[in-house]
Amino acid sequence: MAAASVYSSPGFDFSNTIRNSFLNDRGLSAPKATSTGTTIVGCLFKDGIVLGADTRATSGAIVADKNCEKIHYVTESIRCCGAGTAADTEFTTALISSNMELHALSTGRKPRVVTAMTMLKQMLFKYQGHIGAALVLGGVDATGPHLFTIHPHGSTDKLPYVTMGSGSLAAMAVFESGWRPDMEREEALQLVTAAISAGIFNDLGSGSNVDACVITASHTEMLRNFVKPNERVQKEKSYGFKRGTTAWKSEEIRSLVVSEEVTRVSDAMDTS
Amino acid sequence: MQAVDIHALKAGEVNLGTSIMAVQFKDGVVVGADSRTTTGSYIANRVTDKLTHVHDRIYCCRSGSAADTQAVADSVHYAMQMYAQQHGAPPPVHTAASIFQKVCYENKDALSAGIIIGGWDKEVGPSVYNIPLGGGLFRQPWAIGGSGSTYVYGYCDATFQEGWGKEETVNFVKNTLSLAMSRDGSSGGVIRMCVITEDGVERLFVPGNELPRFWEGKEVLGVDPLKPRSAPGPVPMAVEV
Repeated sequence: MAAASVYSSPGFDFSNTIRNSFLNDRGLSAPKATSTGTTIVGCLFKDGIVLGADTRATSGAIVADKNCEKIHYVTESIRCCGAGTAADTEFTTALISSNMELHALSTGRKPRVVTAMTMLKQMLFKYQGHIGAALVLGGVDATGPHLFTIHPHGSTDKLPYVTMGSGSLAAMAVFESGWRPDMEREEALQLVTAAISAGIFNDLGSGSNVDACVITASHTEMLRNFVKPNERVQKEKSYGFKRGTTAWKSEEIRSLVVSEEVTRVSDAMDTS
Repeated sequence: MQAVDIHALKAGEVNLGTSIMAVQFKDGVVVGADSRTTTGSYIANRVTDKLTHVHDRIYCCRSGSAADTQAVADSVHYAMQMYAQQHGAPPPVHTAASIFQKVCYENKDALSAGIIIGGWDKEVGPSVYNIPLGGGLFRQPWAIGGSGSTYVYGYCDATFQEGWGKEETVNFVKNTLSLAMSRDGSSGGVIRMCVITEDGVERLFVPGNELPRFWEGKEVLGVDPLKPRSAPGPVPMAVEV
């Protein structure tokens, strides 16, 4: 059977590596993939799970996005925070989210956190760590609240409180001194905010605002920009230039709006 | 063929530093492990459960790469469920060990996994199998593994005896792991043990502050390192007039 040339072969396509090493030898290095530097956390409380994340995305030493969203949707009551390569976390969680919906329809049951965890770990293991996604997966399902951490090589841990990303050590210090079992919602939110703030202020890869997400058996509440400790102060004066600052020699004004008349022919799609 | 360093973990990979062991006794097997998982020098999980259920009376202890051993254990767990479903009987421990060996040997270039299997079945009774890095299968009355095991070979050789009951075996495992954890930086946390017998599996837990203690240097230092020293009171400063 002749191989169909229309379909590309499975797996990564490495054909650009030759070109890249050629360019590298001539002094042109590849741009750094946007990384989410990041502090992401998750913690178990009395009624469910609280997830937290900072909002800085970096490209090397430059902040590429000052307010990105790192808490991704998996299912109605399951969310996933992502650290590592931004594109990898984004697409990995989107793929598993899609598969979880299909799985729920196929089984006729509400989706479970362990299902998402197994799908994620098996995919990441298959790619042997080349997909740089470090995830904190949390949610509430029919069996109760669950919190997992998933590393890029595919190992998972099940714990009551977790932190990932470059700011994870700062955040874990806060958790280790502050976490208690069966906390109330407000306490848990306070603890998560403190942990993310520790990452924002002590880790260069994390910054800007705190995002939070509270997941309970009854509903999920996404608290986007829950705390904004880095708002820019109002500039001391307006730095706009008055009209006439730059002199001009001649002026020509053309209208770019072309008048058009739309005539309806028929509603039916042309299938000829 | 270039020599492949199968002992090195890839950069950023989570490491099950580890001290693990399994010991066979009269009525069953005791499997035990520490609880530390490291990424470089950071402890990613200080309460890991390295004793993984493969079947009702078969448990495995994992050391090496966390990702590799979890993936292999999941795969064997699935195979054992299929076996039980198709044969209508629980799998022998040797079968589980053989599947582990098959995976570990055939993928030896890509895996970094040291596994010890302990279990009970009806035909043979209790048995312990050791599968080190290369993928060989070795049945032994007791087996130790992981980075911490190197420090306790002497203790185990000198202490182990055939014909022990459950209590003596549990003590042996507890003491061995405690000694390994106190000397190996990649091992620590708490001790988890499973006692697997015909009647069931009993999970035992020893928290970090209740570990058996051995020599801690009192004779050399002159002070008990764990007893709090009284703070010295204010001393008048010598002033030159």
